[in-house]
This record gives sequence, structure tokens and C-alpha cells, in this order.
Amino acid sequence: MHPFQYQRADSADQAVAAVAKTPGATFIAGGTSHLDLMKEDVHHPSLLVDVSALPLKQITAFEGGVRIGAGVSNTAAAYHPDLQQRYAAMSEALLAGASVQIRNMASMAGNPLQRTRCPYFRDPAQACNKRTPGSGCAAIGGYNHVHALFGASKACIATHPSDLAVALAALDARVQTTGPRTIAFPELLRLPGDTPHLDTVLEHGELITAIDLPAFAGRSHYLKVRERASYAYALVSCAVALEMDGPKIRRARVALGGVAHKPWRVGPAEALLAGQLPTEQLFQAAANAAFADAKPLEHNAYKIPMGRNLMVRALLETSGLQPMQGPAGTAFAASVGGVAGRLATPR
Amino acid sequence: MTTQATGKPLDRVDGRLKVTGAARFTAEWDVPNLAYGAVASSAIAHGTVRSIDVSAARKAPGVLAVLTHENAPRLQPIPEKIGETQFRGEGGISETLQPLQTAAIEYAGQPLAVVVADTHERARYAATLVRVAYEERPPQLAMATASRKTLPEMFLGNSKEKLQVTIGKPKSALAAAPVKVERVYESAITHHNPIEQLATVARWEKRGGADFLTLYDTTRGIEVLQEVMATSLGLPKESVHIICPFIGGAFGSKGWLYAPPLLTAMAARAVGRPVKIEWRRQDMFAVAGQRAATRQTLALGATRAGKITALQHDTQTHSSLSSGFTEPCARLTRMMYAVPNISFTHQLSHLHLPSPCPMRGPGETVGSWALECAMDELATELNLDPVELRLRNYADKNPETGKPWSSKNLRQCYARGKELIGWDQRNPKPRSMREGTQLIGYGMASTMYPAGRGEAQARATIFADGRALVQSATHELGNGAYTIFRQISADALSLPIERVRFELGDSALPSAPTTGGSVTTATVGPAAQAAARAALAALKNLAVRDAESPLFGAATEAIDAQEGRLVLKTNPAKGEEYGAILRRAKLPSVIAMGGAKPGEEKDKYSFYSFGAVFAQVRVDEASGSIRVARLCAVYDAGRLMNPKTAHSQIIGGMAMGVGATLMEATHYDPRNGRAVVRNLADYHVPSCADTPDMTVEWLNIPDPHISELGARGIGEIGCVGTPAAITNAVFHATGRRLRSLPLTPDKLAFS
Ligand SMILES: Cc1cc2nc3c(=O)[nH]c(=O)nc-3n(C[C@H](O)[C@H](O)[C@H](O)COP(=O)(O)OP(=O)(O)OC[C@H]3O[C@@H](n4cnc5c(N)ncnc54)[C@H](O)[C@@H]3O)c2cc1C
Ligand code: SF4
Repeated sequence: MHPFQYQRADSADQAVAAVAKTPGATFIAGGTSHLDLMKEDVHHPSLLVDVSALPLKQITAFEGGVRIGAGVSNTAAAYHPDLQQRYAAMSEALLAGASVQIRNMASMAGNPLQRTRCPYFRDPAQACNKRTPGSGCAAIGGYNHVHALFGASKACIATHPSDLAVALAALDARVQTTGPRTIAFPELLRLPGDTPHLDTVLEHGELITAIDLPAFAGRSHYLKVRERASYAYALVSCAVALEMDGPKIRRARVALGGVAHKPWRVGPAEALLAGQLPTEQLFQAAANAAFADAKPLEHNAYKIPMGRNLMVRALLETSGLQPMQGPAGTAFAASVGGVAGRLATPR
Repeated sequence: MTTQATGKPLDRVDGRLKVTGAARFTAEWDVPNLAYGAVASSAIAHGTVRSIDVSAARKAPGVLAVLTHENAPRLQPIPEKIGETQFRGEGGISETLQPLQTAAIEYAGQPLAVVVADTHERARYAATLVRVAYEERPPQLAMATASRKTLPEMFLGNSKEKLQVTIGKPKSALAAAPVKVERVYESAITHHNPIEQLATVARWEKRGGADFLTLYDTTRGIEVLQEVMATSLGLPKESVHIICPFIGGAFGSKGWLYAPPLLTAMAARAVGRPVKIEWRRQDMFAVAGQRAATRQTLALGATRAGKITALQHDTQTHSSLSSGFTEPCARLTRMMYAVPNISFTHQLSHLHLPSPCPMRGPGETVGSWALECAMDELATELNLDPVELRLRNYADKNPETGKPWSSKNLRQCYARGKELIGWDQRNPKPRSMREGTQLIGYGMASTMYPAGRGEAQARATIFADGRALVQSATHELGNGAYTIFRQISADALSLPIERVRFELGDSALPSAPTTGGSVTTATVGPAAQAAARAALAALKNLAVRDAESPLFGAATEAIDAQEGRLVLKTNPAKGEEYGAILRRAKLPSVIAMGGAKPGEEKDKYSFYSFGAVFAQVRVDEASGSIRVARLCAVYDAGRLMNPKTAHSQIIGGMAMGVGATLMEATHYDPRNGRAVVRNLADYHVPSCADTPDMTVEWLNIPDPHISELGARGIGEIGCVGTPAAITNAVFHATGRRLRSLPLTPDKLAFS
């Protein structure tokens, strides 16, 4: 770890001022992503401005939706009764991520800002344009098992690892910052292009203060496939938000995780679903449309059939055509395959 | 013997220390004036260091010294052999490459510099400032195309474990067999990943004018380490003191690779202060050893009645450039079934990768996976129940050596395992069972582990206050060694367990071998007994010569030890407490040494533990996710010393088997040989949510030949067998054979 200064901010203004005026300064909230990367010699901030004590920890009603303070912990948001019930996909995504200990530390702003799990990014001896712009991308032609199917560039093929971000994308969340400005969630995160070192559109010293979930009266759901039953990042995930009009789908929003540099909203598939009666056949067609443009790499082609199957299932379960694997709003609903041991209630 | 502590499910005696943090692990020793080392390692896998610039590191705050191959002291080569174990060369256990002795680079992550500073953080930071210019050459990273391939003759130089063997005429028998199965099975590189990372604290001092080295090290091979350090550093063995009372898991690591302690000792010498080097998790994928990948070709020939007539097992595996360690995959193949024609080979490719070393069930875990999966495939070909196939080929003696088993009750294991899992209630047809979206399957495998025993010494001290201490330089890996040796010692001393302590983990104690190969109970247990009895004999001698003793004048053979008293066998009322004898003699204690080693039984019998593992799985085919619903295993592992710690050992081993089957794999970049997966977020070991219901039963039949205790080791057998049982269950669930470990979701979703 490189030497750094540390400062605890008492107000958002103070935090912003401290970072804005110091080159190389960064915010730190729970530190569960940032500190690891400092220890791995990937991040070298000159100054850490600790925002974890800022009064950004409220969850409040807001324009028919909910405003979640940037400093609310992942645990607190996940178990908030109103959120768990109205925005089940978000609770499911949070609870299917990381571990209890990490979720207790992790903040709602820090989570979508965590950096990629591309293993090359974490090894300073490997070429990586995201870590060291211009050094190349070792994942291209290397071991690219967890990498992107969509939106990748010649400079970077990484995926975004956050489960929460996928749910927020499907729920059309908005981010409030000290800009001051409001950023629609899918626009917060960027595609790699030729600047993969920039994950977000935030300016240096721009602090997220809250995440807004707009009013939503439908059902939402999150599904995640991973290499172990708990405490592993998604290979592929899928968040669905469905609003019905009688028996028909009025509006469907579907975001895929683990397939791109940001949560991947599948517009053409959403268009196919709108106005239709939910059927397995329709969902198959939507999943086919969603993956039509997938560009597999050497080691990640498995994500296409896996992702299609997952999307179909997420739609079936959200629409009620198939039972969920566990109570809505919990990790059990989100965890494909469930946990080891006998099925509690054989279905 | 009146007290009986062995065989009881006693709590771990070091449990409280561990839970409260009072157990001292290597990195926690508080050594005054300590300096801290951090290592800069090679970015490339093959080539040479053209130049190494340490000027920035040297100038960084707090830095005391920087060692590289240019200024590090020269080391002597490690010994050819230690005891009976071959260290160097093909089939040997260790690597000849020593740290900072050469500019040549043989694997990525090879230590190239040690930076010593006054704090841990400063050392780590300064290590990032070391700049190396390389002369890079293309690394060899693929087994198939390696330019150096060898056929090692023996495993660890053991003439009883040849690696290239033909018994009978397997080729022609296979050609003639009416039913054949020939398949290729592949397994990935895996890492031990104990929670405690490698660490060493080295302290030099002058004793009697000569150099003396004290080393706190995460080692489960105290004596071997002592010898390696002494040889490499040019010291007499007595001038090296190794201390390690607790190890936070090893699973095969921490025994056979010596760069970490050598670097620490060199660094401490260079700065004239004690130095500690704690390795990072990332480094564990470079310097801590690994299980090599394998590509195993199994060929089975059988009659239509299910009698196996030919069995061939050809393994391709790999080692580093400087090690000849060979994953011995045919360990079950050579002995498990009564097959007249058997052959097996092991081909080793030397690659620019870190050295492998044993990992829990070396050879057995992945070798038995391939064999037992091939057996399942043969059962399918024959349309025979997999258990029945095994029974039809049950070996009543060792097929390779012709020797009788010391004790084998495997039929009972199969029968009981079937009951536990509900084998006969399943629909044997593949892909016939379902619960909701999930396919259900059942599978089984035979398992075994060689029941070794070596030589060990122990010292027993009985104190005047009636307490006792038994000591031997063995190790506590979390396996329960403190507990069972206290139990065994207490019984041998006829004392209640609360009055006996057992000490280990110090090279100053009587000699014991490396803790590995599941030999510790069978090896150190009898030594502890011998020492305890010798101490009692000394006490008896005191008593019969003491005119004030009720036992005065008695023949020592007429005296028995009962519950802390020496008494007349014929009249137990007549006697006295141990302490009374010592107190009258004005002695603080009586001390005796004892040793034990296997005798000629070793050559008369074939010693193995056996077992049968049954698995039930749930497969979510659409996503490729496999979950183990249940594991039921029945073991014939001799007499248990402590059913509670044994149960923990076994379910830990089985959980590790679940990991090996479903998720564990380390990938190296195919071009530059760097470990791509280097942390525990990306290297998956089973979480609680991956750990199924496990039912474990023991036959608990004493082995009449291994030792008086009748106990065989149980450290590894849990890991063996589990992978094949699960893989076979996945076949039963899905009708699909997966022949590549681990069975990650991508393999089902896209194969
Ligand atoms: C072992 C492990 C497993 C994990 N598994 C998963 C998983 O399965 N799924 C998953 O989704 N996540 C997983 N995570 C990631 C975890 O969710 C994130 O590390 C966590 O959410 C980050 O939140 P934090 O508050 O700790 O962020 P920090 O580490 O404090 O910060 C992260 C980034 O956000 C910036 N930042 C923080 N707050 C603000 C703000 N208010 N405004 C602007 N910038 C800000 C920081 O400068 C930093 O760049 C895992 C993490 C670990 C260590
Ligand atoms: S994919 Fe992106 S993060 Fe990974 S090595 Fe390439 S540039 Fe770096």
C-alpha cells in the first residue's frame, strides 16, 4: 500500500471541497472495495476523505418513490420493509451479494461504484488499460471466463460486478449528486470505449448523496448464477421489473448483469414484451432477442445459453408463471440452484 | 488401564484458546526489536533478471536493507534425502531452486527481492518500488507440448511406490475384453488455501560464540525444516531451533517448500535484527505449493458378468522446472480391485509454473475421482448397479503385492452406505428423478487411504503434584493433535485427562515426523504410550526401593498403575499416589523417553483405511448449478481415538472434496504463466451454503496389526471418494458425463 493522508468529513460540502482541491484524492465509504484495491497496489489515492460519518443515512418517501441516502448500508437497505416489499429485486440483489460482514460495511453509493472483478485489473504485473491507461488489455487473449458479451471495446472487455447496480438499472433509479445534478442510473456507469479507466460519469470530487427509486407498482425480481452457492460474484444475473395491465404486460424492464461493463438493459427484448400476454414462448423470444448481438470471447460463450435460460426464468418467476425459489425480497429468491442440502419443500 | 480417555468424544483441548485468540500462531509472536520483510517477485515466468534497481526502495522511509540475488548470502543445496524421503530430482518432494541465488526465473511470482523495514507497511510499500528489467523468454505452460517430459520411477524415492508399473498383461487383456471403457479425465490446478497464510519470524544470536537461529515458522515438518535450514545455511542442526505450536490449517502446504523461511533467515542475518515475513494471499498462489493439474486416461476391460480383466491408468501431470514432485494418481488403481492385469504410468511435464506439492489426498483425491468415475461408466456399460460392480471385483488381498490386508471391512461400508442414502429406493435410470426445476441424482464411490505409520519419540514427565506432561515434536494443524495425544497419554499414564498436558511444535522436543500422509496418530500415539510407560516404570523402581512405600520390596511386574496410583495387582487397596513417591524421594519429577516404530508387520500386511461415499445431488440444468443435497459416508479407519474430533476432520475433508468437485480451480494465464485467480473472492472454497447434510459413520473396528491402539489416520480420507460420488450423481441426475474438474456451471450449461 502506498502512503496516503486520511481525513474524516463532517459535511458533504467539506468532503467535496477536500477531494476537489486535491489531485489523487478519493472518497471512501465502507472501504470494502477501495481498501482492497489499495492493498493490492491498484489504487494509490493521495488522500482519503471518509464519508461514512456524513448524515446521508436516511431512507425517505420521495415523489411516490423512495430516496435512499448514499451512506445507508447495504444491509439496512436490503432489510428495509418498504424496500423489500416494493422493490424486491433490489433487496434480492443486495442479499445475494458479498457476505453479511461486507454488506454491513458497504454503502449504497459505494456498491455501484465498486470496480471490476477482471482478475487482470488486480494484478499490477499484468497489462490493463483500466488500471494503467495505455498498457494494453491482458484479458483479451488471456483467461476471459468472466468477461463481457456486450459493449466491450478493443481497450477493455471487463464486466461490472455489482448486483445492486443491475437491479437499480431495471428499476430506473436515479442518482443525486453534489453536482448538483440528477443522473439516470444507466448513465452513471460507462461503456469502456477507449477510456476504460473511467467507470462512471462522475467528476473528480462529485459526491453521490442519494439514490432515488421512482414510484413502481409492479413486481420486480433478481436472479443470479454463481460458482458457489453464496459469497460469489455473478457469472450472469438478471433483474426484471414488470408492470401489468390486467393480464397483459404493460411495461417490462430487463437488465442483465455479468455481461457488460455496466448493467445491460435489453431494449429490443423489452419492446417485444410490452403489450403481450406473459407466456414461456414470449419469454423465450425475448431472451433470444436479448442475446442476439452477444459477442462471445474465447472463454465466456457459456454465458449465452446460461443468460438466456436465466432471463426466461426470471420472467417466468416475476410474472408468476413459475414459483420463485424462495420468499420474494430474500437471497433465497435470487440464488439459482439454492443452497446445498435437501430442498426444504420439494416442489 | 483404568481410565479411558481414548475413544471418547472429548472437546478439543485447545478450543478455548483458539476461540479467545489466546493460541499463538506464527505471525503473532512478539519478538523484541522485530523488523519486517516484504517480497518483490517476478512478473514473468521464464527468463532472467537483466537488472534490478533497488535504489528507490532503499531510500524509502524506514528501509533497513534490500536483498536480491546480487547481494544475498549463498545457500547450500537442500539435502538429497531426509530420512527416507527423496527431496531432489524426479519423483522427489521438494524444489531445488533456492531464493535469491540466481538471476534465472522459472515461474511467475518467484521471489526476486526482500525489502526489510522497521514496519510492515513501510516494507510492503518499499517492495512496490523495486524495479526489475527482464530478459524474457517464452514460458512453457502446457503439459502436452512441454519440452522436458519425464517418467519418474518412484514417488518420493519409495521403492514400494513405483510410478510406472505393469502387472500381468493389461494390453492384451484389454484387447480381448468383451466390454471396454476408455475415457479421459481432467482436473484443474488447485491450492490448499489454509486460512493462516505463510509466515516466518527469524532471530539470529550468538550462543557459545557460534551462530544460532530461532525460527518461528508455519511448518508441519519441524524436523525436516530444521534439517533443510541447517544444510542450506551451513549450520549444525543443533544450532537451528524451530517453534510452531499452532498451525492454521495446511492441507498439504507448509511442509515441503522452503523459500519463505530461507528468505526470512537471510533477511534477519542481513539486518542483524529479528525479521518477520508474512506472505499475502496472492503469494500463496506462487510459493505455497499446489495440486498440479492432471489428464488421466482410464481404460477398463471387463467380462459381461462384470469381472474386470484389465485396468490401465495413464496420468499426465506437471511440476516446476526444479521439482520432480509427481501427483501419484494410481494409488487406488494399484490396490482397490481384484484385477489380474493392471498397468499405470505417470508422465511429468516440467513447466514454468510454481512447484506442486502434496495436497490433501495427494494422488488419491483426483486419481480416485478418475478411477471411480470410470467404474461408474463401466457399470453403465454393463447395466449393472455401481455397488454390485465393486462387489464383483472386491479385492481380498492387495492385487499388486499379494499381501493380506491388515484389516478390511469394506463390504460393510457399502452395505451401510446404501442404507443411509436410500440407494435402493432411487430410480436407477439416469435422468429419471426430478423435484421442481431440479434434477436429482445419486452416485457413489469407493474410497481408501494408505494407513502409514512411522517412527517417533516422546518424553513423559510425572510431577510430584501428580500431574504429567508428555511431549513430542509433532504438530497441531487444527486436526486435534493436542486433544488425542493428551487422551492417549492420559490412558497410558493411568491419569485423568485433566492432569495431563501434551506439548508439541518445538524442535527441542523428542523427534516426530512431518504431519502428513495421515500417519500422525499411528506414529506419535504409540511413542507417547511408550514414554508414559517408561515414566511409570521409573516410578515403580522408586517405589519398590523406598522402605516407606507400601509397595516396598514388591516386584515391579506385580505393580499396576490405576487412576494416578501405583498399586499391587493382587491387592489394589495397597498402593499410593504417584506424587507421594516423588515427594518422599524429594524429586520434582520423574522423566522418561520412549519411542515407537513399526515392526515386521509392516512387511507382512497391506495397511489401508477404506470407505464408501454416497452422494445425492440436485442439478439446476438450465443454469448449470449443481448442489449437493446429501453425503453419506461409512469409513473403516480402525479404532477412533476421539469420535468428535474425528467427525470434524472427516466432514472437513468431505467439504474440501465438495470444493474440489464443484468449484476449486486456479487458472494461470496461458501466455505469461501468472496466476490469474489470486484471492479468496475469486478462488472459491465451499461456503456453508455449499455444504450439504453429511452423515458419517465409522465401523470403529480396531486394526489388529497397526499398533496396540488399533488406530489408523483419518486426516485425508474424507477428501477422497467425495468427488467421484458427486460426479457420478450428476450423471445419474442428468444423463451427462462431466469429465473435467471442477464441475462449474459453465460446464453443464455449455458442454
Ligand atoms: C470478498 C468480496 C465479495 C463481494 N461479493 C460481491 C457480490 O457478490 N456482489 C456485489 O455486488 N458486490 C460484492 N462485493 C462488493 C461490495 O458490494 C462492495 O465492495 C461494496 O458495496 C462497496 O461499498 P463501500 O461503501 O465499501 O465502498 P468503498 O470501497 O468505500 O468505495 C467504493 C468506491 O466508491 C467511491 N465512493 C464511495 N462513496 C461515494 C459517494 N458517496 N460518492 C461518490 N463516490 C463514492 C469510493 O471513492 C470508491 O471509489 C464483494 C466484495 C468483497 C470484498
Ligand atoms: S478487460 Fe479491462 S480491466 Fe480487464 S485487463 Fe482488460 S482493460 Fe483491464
